[in-house]
Amino acid sequence: MSFLEYNVKTTPSGIRKVLYLNWPLVLLLTAVSSFGFLMLYSVAGGSMTPWAEPQLKRYILGLTVMFFIAMVPIWLWRNLSVLAYLGSLVLLLAVEFFGAVGMGAQRWIDLGFMRLQPSELTKITLIMILAAYYDALPLNKTSRPLWVAIPVLLIIVPTFLVLRQPDLGTSLLLMIGGGTVMFLAGVHWAYFVAVLTAGIATVTAVFQSRGTDWQLIKDYQFRRIDTFLDPSNDPLGAGYHITQAKIALGSGGWTGRGYMQGTQSRLNFLPEKHTDFIFTTLAEEFGFVGAFSLLGLYALIIVFCVSSALANRDRFASILTLGIATTFFLFFAVNMSMVMGLAPVVGVPLPLVSYGGSAMLVLMVGFGLVQSAHIHRPR
Amino acid sequence: MKRPGKDTAAGFRKMSRRALIVGGAQAGFMGLLALRMRYMQVEEADKFRLLAEENRINIRLIPPARGEIFDRNGVPIAVNDPSYRITLTREDAGDVDAVLARLQAVVSLDDEELERARAELKRTQPFFPVTVADQVDWTDVTRIAVNTPALPGVTPEVGLTRTYPRGSDFAHVIGYVGPVSDYDLSKMEAPDQLLLIPRFQIGKVGVESKLEDDLRGKAGARRVEVNHIGREMRELDRREGQQGRDLQLTIDADLQNYLQARLDGESAAAVVMDVRNGDLLAIGSAPSFDPNLFVRGISVADYRALTDNKYRPLAAKAVQGIYPPGSTFKMVVALAALDAGLVGPEDTYYCPGHLEVSGRRFHCWKGAGHGHVNLEGSLRESCDVYYYELALELGIEKITAMSNRLGLGERMDIPMSAVAAGLTPTKAWKREARGQEWVIGDTVNSSIGQGYVLASPLQLAVMTARIASGTAVTPRLIKKINGIEQPSGEGPPLGLNENHLRQVRKSMYSVSNNRRGTAYGSRIIAEGFRMAGKTGTSQVRNITAKERAAGVRSNADLPWERRDHALFVDFAPYEDPRIAVAVVIEHGGGGSSAAAPVARDITLQALYGGEPPLDAYPTKDRNRIRELQNRLRDYNPSTGKDSKSRA
Repeated sequence: MSFLEYNVKTTPSGIRKVLYLNWPLVLLLTAVSSFGFLMLYSVAGGSMTPWAEPQLKRYILGLTVMFFIAMVPIWLWRNLSVLAYLGSLVLLLAVEFFGAVGMGAQRWIDLGFMRLQPSELTKITLIMILAAYYDALPLNKTSRPLWVAIPVLLIIVPTFLVLRQPDLGTSLLLMIGGGTVMFLAGVHWAYFVAVLTAGIATVTAVFQSRGTDWQLIKDYQFRRIDTFLDPSNDPLGAGYHITQAKIALGSGGWTGRGYMQGTQSRLNFLPEKHTDFIFTTLAEEFGFVGAFSLLGLYALIIVFCVSSALANRDRFASILTLGIATTFFLFFAVNMSMVMGLAPVVGVPLPLVSYGGSAMLVLMVGFGLVQSAHIHRPR
Repeated sequence: MKRPGKDTAAGFRKMSRRALIVGGAQAGFMGLLALRMRYMQVEEADKFRLLAEENRINIRLIPPARGEIFDRNGVPIAVNDPSYRITLTREDAGDVDAVLARLQAVVSLDDEELERARAELKRTQPFFPVTVADQVDWTDVTRIAVNTPALPGVTPEVGLTRTYPRGSDFAHVIGYVGPVSDYDLSKMEAPDQLLLIPRFQIGKVGVESKLEDDLRGKAGARRVEVNHIGREMRELDRREGQQGRDLQLTIDADLQNYLQARLDGESAAAVVMDVRNGDLLAIGSAPSFDPNLFVRGISVADYRALTDNKYRPLAAKAVQGIYPPGSTFKMVVALAALDAGLVGPEDTYYCPGHLEVSGRRFHCWKGAGHGHVNLEGSLRESCDVYYYELALELGIEKITAMSNRLGLGERMDIPMSAVAAGLTPTKAWKREARGQEWVIGDTVNSSIGQGYVLASPLQLAVMTARIASGTAVTPRLIKKINGIEQPSGEGPPLGLNENHLRQVRKSMYSVSNNRRGTAYGSRIIAEGFRMAGKTGTSQVRNITAKERAAGVRSNADLPWERRDHALFVDFAPYEDPRIAVAVVIEHGGGGSSAAAPVARDITLQALYGGEPPLDAYPTKDRNRIRELQNRLRDYNPSTGKDSKSRA
């Protein structure tokens, strides 16, 4: 039995596990989230409601979940990977049929106390199943076409379901996240070159489909791309958001306009200032110093994850940790690119900072797995 | 599950390598993000800071108070009165329809206005107060104040409304203000920002329009911080504007009132001018209208009534009406002939009642003829043949030159609307304008102020003032702007022989003081106030030979439109002229019967600075005059319903 191979005697057990948590990572997560509380307090005009307080509660809930997950041995999670993956597919199908429509897309299931976005959850379960798959797969088979086709299928099914919602941003993140895991597992270069070529061809096809009856993405998605390419084209319509975001960010200067002094957010020129565009508020009020500090914290989280993964000789734990770190990276990289005008507006929140329950909880689940891998690493 | 132990080391090495590649790519991307951040926040910071300021700061204009207008004695003519309007703010009202229904129960609201307000409420931002009723009176305001709890979002606001306390008396002089129209804006090259304020009012006609730049003032400005939908968050600073300049007219409001009263009922115009300095003491046209109606937004029915009236109440006939001057033009011809040395005062022509010129017969108004007529007789009895003879010898160019020296054919520089230039014809003019050669008959017609000659009442007053003063006096309407005296209308001497002028004045004196004068019936008998004048009757139709054979029909038998215009010009006192008066009564009949009595009454009123004593009038007229005075004393200009009580 595989779990017997772990040296149980040197692996901490019981309440002592808490001592073996990756505490610096916990501190980093708390620091990043604190940026969130601070900014949510500010954009509410100096008030704990309606955003800062719920966000704080969710973070505490998230921490609890993280600790709980961290206490469970990593092999148990590995064994649950298939179940988790299938579960998230079921939820994605449920959204397809019963989901609530928000912003022109079906994205969540209302559970009463919170809105569950299965697409968020899928980001973690997809990494889990891929990590488990490569953990089980003999290394010499990694690059064989049949054994490459299986993980590709595992990625494509949820990606397709998410794309149907339609949520272009998340489906791209799923593909990139899954692809990165395959790359880490050692799949041959040639496959990635092939996929990239195919990707470029697809993008061309999407643009070619515009205005025809087989149009592949929605009009609003096309408009977002247009707006990204030239925001000044439509300064009062779709381009308004990105233009205002850039103004807020740029007007911050070196040290910012001061806490709760950002005119762009205080006077509501900023759209979605508590969710996807919260980074611009931060940049406006704390300037380059503040924005760069947050980027630094994110970078440190990645560094801690990568070093934990490299120090872990368990293949599942290692791939999982790197995959979750990559997912986390994709979150903030896409969000920051988007608000700085480097990427189209695709609706990706700033991890741990943007207001929102689903993303926060899913990320904390992910970091719970990272912690579990860290605690239960072979010694 | 079996762990392939042999693979582990190799797999781990490969994964470490790939992890470092992925990590490196991520680090590289983060570096890119940091650079982008630095570029936007450090290098481009100033640009974005400026854009942020532009976003948040709005300039709101503070409309200046419009300059007020007073008469020469300080009587208010155009003032800014506080006025109340009721506004409704959607976000405070909650249920707009319910509040409007309750409001309607408290004060009466115009349905049309209410419909417009409803539409506007739907369109505008919720915090924007929309005017529900304009120009409401104080009782309505108090009624709303009492019912405040039931009327959330309803606020009475105080503003300034242009009011004309003297109403119709000054309608043609002052004009009126109204909201800026798209047409107004289209005429301006770079319109003042103020004009874009909704409901901002500018002068539309008359002094209000011509001196708009003085009256309007300069806008103040408030810099305010606004949010994304334009709601005002706070005021950052404010710069006060400059209120419009006050004007003082040369007009005497009481004399103006008398003039309007005296002309009431006719389609007529009259001008009273100071012969020494050109001050216009009164300048009126009848019928008139209430300019206050236009400020409040005139109803279609009221407007239709004004435009459909055949007496043309909207026209400022005193300056824009042009009429054949008729016999009042004879002074011009007489002076031209004297100046040319053509005749002496005692030279005579024989008037047989008509004159044959190149096969065409030109009639004197007196069919039986005047016999031998000298200068004085020709003016006193208004002999036409005398002037036909003079004109034949003078030629049109000399006559026109003299008329121009006396101010005819010249557009007077006073700030009223559509001031007419009139017409003093020349041969060149006819060739150009009509494409016809000048014929001798045209000269003959011109000599008695018929044919092509056209003059406005204002021009006739200027002509008379110039004859009386011997100087090229020009009319002045604005006495002071912001307390600063404006240039006087005094002019240099005309350069005419003083003897000639004296002869003409003397002849005019006998028109209204000699028993045979055409205006003897309208003489003034008060010593030191005697007037010298000239009647004029200008035809508006041709009298055919057939008609003349059958006997010219009297004016009373003709339809109004075909009756002659009655004119009279005079100056007084004869010994030391102070004022010149011109009166034109459209289709009034004869100058001596219709215009002269009006001019005499206005002259006396002006000379006495109020109601003249009855003994200034000839004895047999006094009873009639007393009745007239009693009647006119009750005359009030129309000034709109609520300003009447104050006036």
